[in-house]
Amino acid sequence: QSWPVYEEVFNKMHELAAFLDLPRFPDITESCFLHPDMLCMKYLMEANLPDELHNWTCRVVKKIGIGEVDFLTLTPGNKSKRKVKYDVLAAAIIVVVLKLLFLLDDHYEWLLSEFAEERNKNNTEVCMFYSGGPYFEFKKWYEVVKHSLDVEQKKLDEARAKYLWRCEKPLFYSVKNKSKVLKRRQMVVNLQNQFGKLSGSVQRAEKPNPSSFQLSWSEENTDGSCFHGHSLKGILQEKCGLLTAMNPDYWLCTVKLCNEKLCGHLAHYKEVEFPQSYHFVLGLFSFLLRIQPSYIHDEVCMIEHKLFNKKLCKKLKYNTVLRK
Amino acid sequence: SSNEHKLNFKKSKEACVSYIQDALLQKQWKRSAEFLTCYVESLEKDYSREHIGPSEMIWRIGTEILWHHSQSNMKEFNCFMEQMKTLGVKRYLKVCLEHVFHLLCNGHIDEAYQNLSLAESWRFGEQTAIQDKEMKLIQAYRGLLDYCSWSKQKNILLEHGEDGFSDLAVEREMHGYFRKAAVNLKEIIKIPGVWDVFVKCYVDLLEFYGDHNEARQVLNEYAYNSKFPANPNAHVYLYQFLKRQGESKKSLISALKILHDIVPSHELMIDFNTMLQKSKKRKKRQLGLEVIFAALDYAGWKENAKAWSCLARQMKQIVISEKHLDWIKQEWNSRKDWWPAFHFSRYLAKRNWQENKSLSYEKALVAGILLGKDSKYFKYVSHQGCKAQLKRFRMLKKFVTRHNPAYLRISG
Repeated sequence: QSWPVYEEVFNKMHELAAFLDLPRFPDITESCFLHPDMLCMKYLMEANLPDELHNWTCRVVKKIGIGEVDFLTLTPGNKSKRKVKYDVLAAAIIVVVLKLLFLLDDHYEWLLSEFAEERNKNNTEVCMFYSGGPYFEFKKWYEVVKHSLDVEQKKLDEARAKYLWRCEKPLFYSVKNKSKVLKRRQMVVNLQNQFGKLSGSVQRAEKPNPSSFQLSWSEENTDGSCFHGHSLKGILQEKCGLLTAMNPDYWLCTVKLCNEKLCGHLAHYKEVEFPQSYHFVLGLFSFLLRIQPSYIHDEVCMIEHKLFNKKLCKKLKYNTVLRK
Repeated sequence: SSNEHKLNFKKSKEACVSYIQDALLQKQWKRSAEFLTCYVESLEKDYSREHIGPSEMIWRIGTEILWHHSQSNMKEFNCFMEQMKTLGVKRYLKVCLEHVFHLLCNGHIDEAYQNLSLAESWRFGEQTAIQDKEMKLIQAYRGLLDYCSWSKQKNILLEHGEDGFSDLAVEREMHGYFRKAAVNLKEIIKIPGVWDVFVKCYVDLLEFYGDHNEARQVLNEYAYNSKFPANPNAHVYLYQFLKRQGESKKSLISALKILHDIVPSHELMIDFNTMLQKSKKRKKRQLGLEVIFAALDYAGWKENAKAWSCLARQMKQIVISEKHLDWIKQEWNSRKDWWPAFHFSRYLAKRNWQENKSLSYEKALVAGILLGKDSKYFKYVSHQGCKAQLKRFRMLKKFVTRHNPAYLRISG
């Protein structure tokens, strides 16, 4: 007995679709829920990131062509096409955007945050009104989100420890066993009753939350813990009438992608080899999606390689930092 | 490696147990009950390869929770224990025993007795032989409870006896309990182990009925049989018995000698020293000095006026006779580095004088002999004593001053 892993379910699903010889699924267009633009919006909200980041995710999606109908729509049996993991892809896009804007090298993002903090202090209410909210401070966001994440993770761990596995009717494989199994079941029920009564008032029947959001942030909270309306102006600069990131650098998660068909992954993620901030961001989405961080890392690598394709082809193998 | 991260039944239950553990350690009984409720379904799984299976876990954890939880009561506890008894035949007698212990702790003697009797009559194929040790313990405890009943009847009889009544029924009952108790107690003390309670009760029974030979044999076995774990109490019981029997000093001394070797700080060392001091044999008197010095090495004896008076008496006698000063020298050699600070500091002089003049008197005598008339302790106490015009302190001062050469010989 165990909970199936995401990848297992994913692969089985595709095998089944191919086995059943299903035709091409309905098109996934920009108005569909599974389109990266939509999913990015959802996850940006859930991750408590500024809405303004959505412009950036859309730009990345457009640039590397992963918003195209043909790329997204599931065609069972088409082995040459890489199978799309919609949610993981959306999360990875957000991670890439964060890397683009904040670099996430355990150094630059904190500098930017201090900078934004200074500007926030000096700004008056009026300035904030015009810029559409205070400047986004990475540090504050990190603190708020980490706290909530820890709380939710703890709840999840406890829920997992309390998980009840047994089925309604006990199974037995022979008539001989029947009475023994039934006796055991009776004892289990007795003990559960006895100790259940001693558990205190914890047994509220919790209604399952209809929403699929695990973390929710409300603009109405006056404690400033919601970052949706915050402005990215603090980390952007105007160049030729366009807003670009102040951050001129980027680091690739991996210079060379593995052969997915051979070793099952595009890259191999080891926490110690990457900056803590990157690890944190991966961890956040890994918690939200209930998958291992390495899957998101794979998608991030894939996106990066698409994004910097031209530069990679030209570049020598040794450099890992590129200038945009 | 994706399998490592898979959450499965085993990992989920392991996590559950660790939450229970944490809650138990923090005495959060409600929380541990909550998690135990989720753990309980492990009973339906096969854990035959594990060292400790879920049934044992549930038994032990459940016992702890039910014992401490504010909303639990004896009825719930008993009900739970009965269920646990059916869970594992290999553990049946152990569970019975522990149940009995809990009942006894709560004063339910009759119920405990019933459970013991029930357990005694249990038979289960080869398990009966395998769980032989537990069975002996169960019988022993039943014997113990029989002894308690015997004791009660005996007291009733004695009361009636005082009033001039004789009660045949009570007497008969009493003898009945004696027989039942004796049989079981005798059995358990044959097995090497620490059976202080059983031995004491059994000896009590034997003495009452006049079987002193058997009692002596039992106590000797308990104290001297090398198969039994070293147990100072065994020697204490033997000594007390020999004393009651009016045995010779020689046998009393040999009984206490071993106690001195094992537990030099035992409270009986005072009796031991007193006996040895009076002995005609030189070696015994020297041993006496050794014994009292050794006892006073321990912090618990620092303020024991009786012990100090024993030492003082013996030392005074040696000094006056001027014989065997080398005994004192020998004992003092290993102590002269630390006893002054340990026993004879100026602070202690003040405190002893304030709190217990007799103590300070005895100590001052010892200090005067060991450290001379100029030592801090002696000077302070004798000065205070003379100031208070207490005769014996004046005598003390004279004595120590007169015998200062003895000090010089000891310290030299």
